[in-house]
Amino acid sequence: MASNQPDRGQRGLPGGKPKYSAFAIAKKAMNYHQDWQRAWRDAEPKAEYDAVIIGGGGHGLATAYYLAAVHGMTNIAVVEKGWLGCGNTGRNTTIIRSNYLWDESAAIYEHSMKLWEGMSQDLNFNVMFSQRGVLTIAHSEHELREMSRRVHAIRLNGIDSDILGPQEIKKFVPAINIDQSIRYPVMGGFLQKRGGTARHDAVAWGYARAADDLGVDIIQNCEVLGIQRQGGKVTGLDTTRGPIKTKKVGCVVAGHSSVIAAMAGIRLPLASRPLQALVSEPIKPILDTVIMSNAVHMYISQSDKGEMVLGAGVDKYNSYAQRGSFPVPEHMINAAVELFPVLSRLRMLRHWGGIVDTCPDASPIISKTDIDGLYFDCGWGTGGFKATPGSGHVFADLIANDRPNKIAAPYSLSRFQTGLLIDEHGAAGVAH
Amino acid sequence: MLIINCPHCGPREESEFACGGEAHIARPLAQNSLSDAEFADYLFLRDNPKGLFLERWRHTTGCRRWFNVARDTVTHEIVEIYPMGKTPKSKAGKAAYSDSWRRATPAEAAAKPGGAK
Repeated sequence: MASNQPDRGQRGLPGGKPKYSAFAIAKKAMNYHQDWQRAWRDAEPKAEYDAVIIGGGGHGLATAYYLAAVHGMTNIAVVEKGWLGCGNTGRNTTIIRSNYLWDESAAIYEHSMKLWEGMSQDLNFNVMFSQRGVLTIAHSEHELREMSRRVHAIRLNGIDSDILGPQEIKKFVPAINIDQSIRYPVMGGFLQKRGGTARHDAVAWGYARAADDLGVDIIQNCEVLGIQRQGGKVTGLDTTRGPIKTKKVGCVVAGHSSVIAAMAGIRLPLASRPLQALVSEPIKPILDTVIMSNAVHMYISQSDKGEMVLGAGVDKYNSYAQRGSFPVPEHMINAAVELFPVLSRLRMLRHWGGIVDTCPDASPIISKTDIDGLYFDCGWGTGGFKATPGSGHVFADLIANDRPNKIAAPYSLSRFQTGLLIDEHGAAGVAH
Repeated sequence: MLIINCPHCGPREESEFACGGEAHIARPLAQNSLSDAEFADYLFLRDNPKGLFLERWRHTTGCRRWFNVARDTVTHEIVEIYPMGKTPKSKAGKAAYSDSWRRATPAEAAAKPGGAK
């Protein structure tokens, strides 16, 4: 599995759009950067498309891009009710890793990791993918043992994963507190060196620009109001910018999946929850990797701007409000300060929430539905960003061929009837 | 931070409570008469409305008792708090209860004594 390289299709703007390069920057400087081309057209909706993707976030734009680049479907559109990447794509903590316990998860997240590894070249857009490592900390003997079991399972799937002791962790992350007297002492950890971070906005923009280059229409400020059906088949969409005919609709709308599903009379096993994150004021570089902790439940990295980026778990109630409650950020700050006492006097700069679609087994849904031509890619919960390219790649394959490929097949909606769940709760390290 | 008016202890901060998710999911008594898909409605499928949501809360660090809350998932406004085993009394709460797709499921019919198909 791990040796298979994904089919990247036509790479590097074959449609003829002018490319970004160091040379282009130098050349444009002569003209005071006045004549940079638009990254993508502001497309008017056509009367009919071969397929329409609902949702202009990373996953939706990736789906559209791979439909065009790999499957040659260029008469397609992405409709987005706001602006590109205005939802969870621009609200996550940008962590990327593929060190999942179960084979099904390893397959899709590693598929994604391979696509990340070539993404900037594929899209001719610097997504600032930085393989700075993701280190998950264990705080008890039991957790450490469970972790080594997971590390071996991950390695059997051909994915890099190493156990570190407290001293090795201190060497790798000098700012961390490994004093054994704290409430949750650092007992060890496991590291995925290929993990890291990327610039989340750039992912949306890069996919949008490359999809546009291949002829995909990207239609912003266009909210879907209804899904037209006839005889159990999709025939089109009603939107705020008029009806659009199409026989294939891919829904990639995260927290609003249940709302779109209800338009077609479909029910999904999802709960929409707020997931909060925050950044501190910028400081000089102190952390050049990503630290996650399951027991104290917090993850932290430092952005290129110097802000400490923190995230934790979801709020405990359903919400569509894109904001959460204060106890959650307070909890993650407590955890961060215990592990990194040096952060205690930092001030918070920004704090926000996104609405994530959580699934009962903490694994996504990539599936056909009972309605012909209606497909869902949802349920990514708190862990969707890292899966952006892999999700788009397999979902495009599902839409183009009307059957899930080997990677997507386990993520069918039918698993909630057969009981073949992919239970990544706890198994996934920190809550994704 | 939500301020939740516990019917037993009065208004307290959200951090004292646990949210138990969708309310009014009755366990099917005649579960053998249900298909896997019908049983999945009970076991896995959850209402996830954008708007008024009927949910259970528990005053975990207070009286430890359960109760039902009708809360808007967009504004977070709590419209009504009512006891376990009862249905909502407010107009919006009544509508949310009767309009839920769950009312029409075979799993719910099978939850009532003698209600199996």
